[in-house]
Amino acid sequence: MVCESWKAKLDTYLDGELAEEEMRAFDAHVRSCLSCAADALARVQMKRTIQVAGKQFTPSAEFRRRMQQRIATKPRRNPRLRWMLAVAAAAILVVGALTSTYLGTTRSRRDQVYSELADLHVATLASSSPVDVVSSDRHTVKPWFQGKIPFTFDLPELKNSEFSLLGGRLAYLGQTPGAHLVYGIRKHEISVFIFQERSQPSGLGEQPAMTKALSFNMETWSQGGLRYFAIGDASTADIDNLAGLFKTTSL
Amino acid sequence: MSGAGPQSDSFEELAMPLFDQLYNFAHWLTRNREEAEDLVQETYAKALKGFSSFQLGTNFRAWMYRILRNTFLTSRTGLKATMNLPLDTEDSRPALAVDRDTPETILIERSDRQLVQSAIDELPVNFREVLLLCEVEEMSYQEIAETLSIPIGTVMSRLSRARQMLRDYLGLREKGMNHGL
Repeated sequence: MVCESWKAKLDTYLDGELAEEEMRAFDAHVRSCLSCAADALARVQMKRTIQVAGKQFTPSAEFRRRMQQRIATKPRRNPRLRWMLAVAAAAILVVGALTSTYLGTTRSRRDQVYSELADLHVATLASSSPVDVVSSDRHTVKPWFQGKIPFTFDLPELKNSEFSLLGGRLAYLGQTPGAHLVYGIRKHEISVFIFQERSQPSGLGEQPAMTKALSFNMETWSQGGLRYFAIGDASTADIDNLAGLFKTTSL
Repeated sequence: MSGAGPQSDSFEELAMPLFDQLYNFAHWLTRNREEAEDLVQETYAKALKGFSSFQLGTNFRAWMYRILRNTFLTSRTGLKATMNLPLDTEDSRPALAVDRDTPETILIERSDRQLVQSAIDELPVNFREVLLLCEVEEMSYQEIAETLSIPIGTVMSRLSRARQMLRDYLGLREKGMNHGL
């Protein structure tokens, strides 16, 4: 009967969860009480059996591998910082993609314009009648364009230069009409194209004024809402001089 | 132990050693391999996500078990298992006394692991988990209380009821073959 109170605490004792003093008292009691000692032994064995029986399930090797891959070395980090890094990375990607797309399209349009102009230049020179208005007089050539193109322009005075005006014709670029003037310097011919700026792809002016397109030298500039292109096989200096004449005329 | 562990402690280093035991526990709860895998996977995913909020130096094991168990409770199987659970009552019969039946003796003799396994499996989930955490995971009452978010008193009463149920189950099985009451 005395043992009843001990036995009620037997499990807690065997779990090692009694207060220290009680534990010691229990130890002493078990040593002297055969009945409690026998019960304690039986319960310890029960505990052991449960422990063994409880370790019944093991994860498959495949599952373990999967989990290991999932959580492989993720260092402890500030989540906000991690989030910010992710956002920054995403932003960089987006901006990068947009920029490269933008640059890509701009560049490809620009290249397209250059190559079309080069074609026009070559086709004109190859033609048996390169120009529609054959005149070296700018006062003849300029009025010829009247009513043919939706803008007007000034032609430079060539008196004190080596350049000579050979004539002009209509040109189309990107479905808009413009003026195509042909100049001669020594044995070379230079085409000057004039179009409305707004009808041309943007980004044309965002490169060195002088470029080499398809082995022709080309210079482009914008003035008074018009986009000018000078292209030819003459030297860059000659083309630059001609461009300079145009630029000063229109001022 | 210092409150803050080394910052280099990675989640993997802490969590992978618990993998086998967590899986075992998950399988006991779900009674099904596939569901156990899902449960463990979800537990690790949640833990990894919340790892920054875990205080190094506190009980990581209890933290992981708590996530696993809470995840289980909100799963379909978990909800089903927790329906109609026996209520926690102050143990009205501290008659944990060993004298009336001794299935332990039977166990010693037969060493029937399978019998105990099915006995554990028969326990309602709230008793099953407390018994497993105590006997298999060898958690202290305090740790169990932390893991299950219940007071220590409840841990003790559930534990003793779980053991009593187990004894009853085993005793019932052996009735007829052995000395009755």
